Amino acid sequence: MSRSRARPDEILFRAGTGLFAALMIALVAAIAFELYRQSKLSIHEFGWQFWQTDNWDPVAGEFGARPFIWGTLYSSILALIISTPIALGIAVFISELAPARVRLPLVFLTELLAAIPSIVYGVWGVFVLVPLVRQLEVNTPEWLKVVPLFKGPPLGVGMLSAAIILSIMVIPFTSSIAREVLRAVPQAQREAAYALGATRWEAIRMALFYARTGIIGAVMLGFGRALGETMAVTMVIGNTPQVTLSLYAPQYTMAAVIANEFSEAAQELYLHALVEIGLVLFVITLVINTMSRGLIWSLGRQKKPRRIKRMISTAAAGSA
Amino acid sequence: MRRDLVRKMISNVIVILCAAAVLLALIPLAFVLFYVVSQGLTSLNWAFFTHMPTPVGEPGGGMANAIVGSLIVTGLGAVLAIPVGLMAGIYASEYRGSRIAIAVRFAADTLNGVPSIVIGVFAYGIAVLPFHAFSAAAAGVALGIMMLPLVTRTTEELLLLVPPSLREGALALGATRARAVFTVVLPAALPGILTGILLALARVAGETAPLLFTAFNNRYFTTDVRQPISTLTVQVYYYANSPYADWHRQAWAGALVLVGMVLTCSLLARLATARMDKMQRGA
Repeated sequence: MSRSRARPDEILFRAGTGLFAALMIALVAAIAFELYRQSKLSIHEFGWQFWQTDNWDPVAGEFGARPFIWGTLYSSILALIISTPIALGIAVFISELAPARVRLPLVFLTELLAAIPSIVYGVWGVFVLVPLVRQLEVNTPEWLKVVPLFKGPPLGVGMLSAAIILSIMVIPFTSSIAREVLRAVPQAQREAAYALGATRWEAIRMALFYARTGIIGAVMLGFGRALGETMAVTMVIGNTPQVTLSLYAPQYTMAAVIANEFSEAAQELYLHALVEIGLVLFVITLVINTMSRGLIWSLGRQKKPRRIKRMISTAAAGSA
Repeated sequence: MRRDLVRKMISNVIVILCAAAVLLALIPLAFVLFYVVSQGLTSLNWAFFTHMPTPVGEPGGGMANAIVGSLIVTGLGAVLAIPVGLMAGIYASEYRGSRIAIAVRFAADTLNGVPSIVIGVFAYGIAVLPFHAFSAAAAGVALGIMMLPLVTRTTEELLLLVPPSLREGALALGATRARAVFTVVLPAALPGILTGILLALARVAGETAPLLFTAFNNRYFTTDVRQPISTLTVQVYYYANSPYADWHRQAWAGALVLVGMVLTCSLLARLATARMDKMQRGA
């Protein structure tokens, strides 16, 4: 076998496939660059002021994007609070508790929850969820209205509807990754716990503790999803830029303002302001996703034997 | 003794709570599916697939143009994403340890996490602004970018699942690397890759946000990729936000068609993977 005969072919193959690989990498750089290029005007014109003012009035030339950041973070954090316990419960149930027979159907059903398009959740949100939430809001007991969270007009559309719909959409993501993470916990770990007389929950708690970095990663990945979710949120959040703690008040998110106003943005500055919101959304999701993937990835690489030994000793201490 | 009892009780309570979490998540699923099916079925008719939208206030009509538009736009996305994704995936699995392969994996995961609305803004910048026109082609670019990471990662992961003995056999017979990959390894992984592509198509076909300002919308029938085009998802969005009962009816019908499509694709994919599992176990 002469190396010289194989070589040109090998080089061609590597260069040919490598070209597409490079294209893919270049694409990510191109997105960052293009978003910056299309938002330069707004970045230079307003600087940090853009994110510190509340007034969004494109006709008057006033661009304050703080309400959008607020709406995005607030809705996503609320969604996280609702969805995390449920998602982890599902992950634990499927990977630790469910009999093998129901495991696959359950996986399929939760995946279905993730596969339903955002717009379908939006349609359901507008016609079914929002009226329900309005009913709930109308019937708020008087004493509860003192709390800032429950002040505001009972419109139905608003932060509460957005948070509910977001959490429904985030649950399958978080739970499927948490499930994978739990699968990476060595079986010996659970057996050791049971051998020491742990109850079911104590063994599960041990597995969760072992997988904690991955679990945090899964939750963060869900958070990243929630931040960028557009259609369903746009349809139920009420699209009113304001910074308020009220769950009933209509608010606005970064993704929603882009979806609603982008094709109407006639002046250049207006367009650049919207793209700047997109750029920041891109950077935030990039950072969060990278961090969470790092956490999940690091779990797969830990030195297992030492960890297990340590866990077993804590397990023994815990049940003593 | 009492402490053990308490421990057992806590354990049982948590187990019940976990089961409750599953039910709690299945309730919205059932709730959404029930409404989409019941509202959609009463609204869905032949005209929905074969007729054009009627003018405002006139009941009836359908979404023929939007359905064709969705097919065109998704097809364009697939045509752009599949070759690039396949090749990048092959590179990432063949040169696993190389820096570029690691960068490809990182780029794919990053792209996968970019909000679809941001992809839309990017596609607007590179495919709408330079031509001063909304177009089906620009929407195809946006959807292609969304499909790309899915195709790449599926290809890479499934190529790595092919037993090394297959490739070694090909190489031992004197095949070059390209030949071994394209005639032995890739065909072995192809069913799985096609399943992955099917799922990617289903996911992307349900996207709305990246189409809003690339495909825009169009009241008329067109197959011209340089023109703005109507798509099922965007049409459902406008109809759901409109004040007309008849348009709401059609929005539900559109939602049903979308869910039906997604459900069919994921069932097909599940069947295909189940069959592959069986084959692998038999082998």
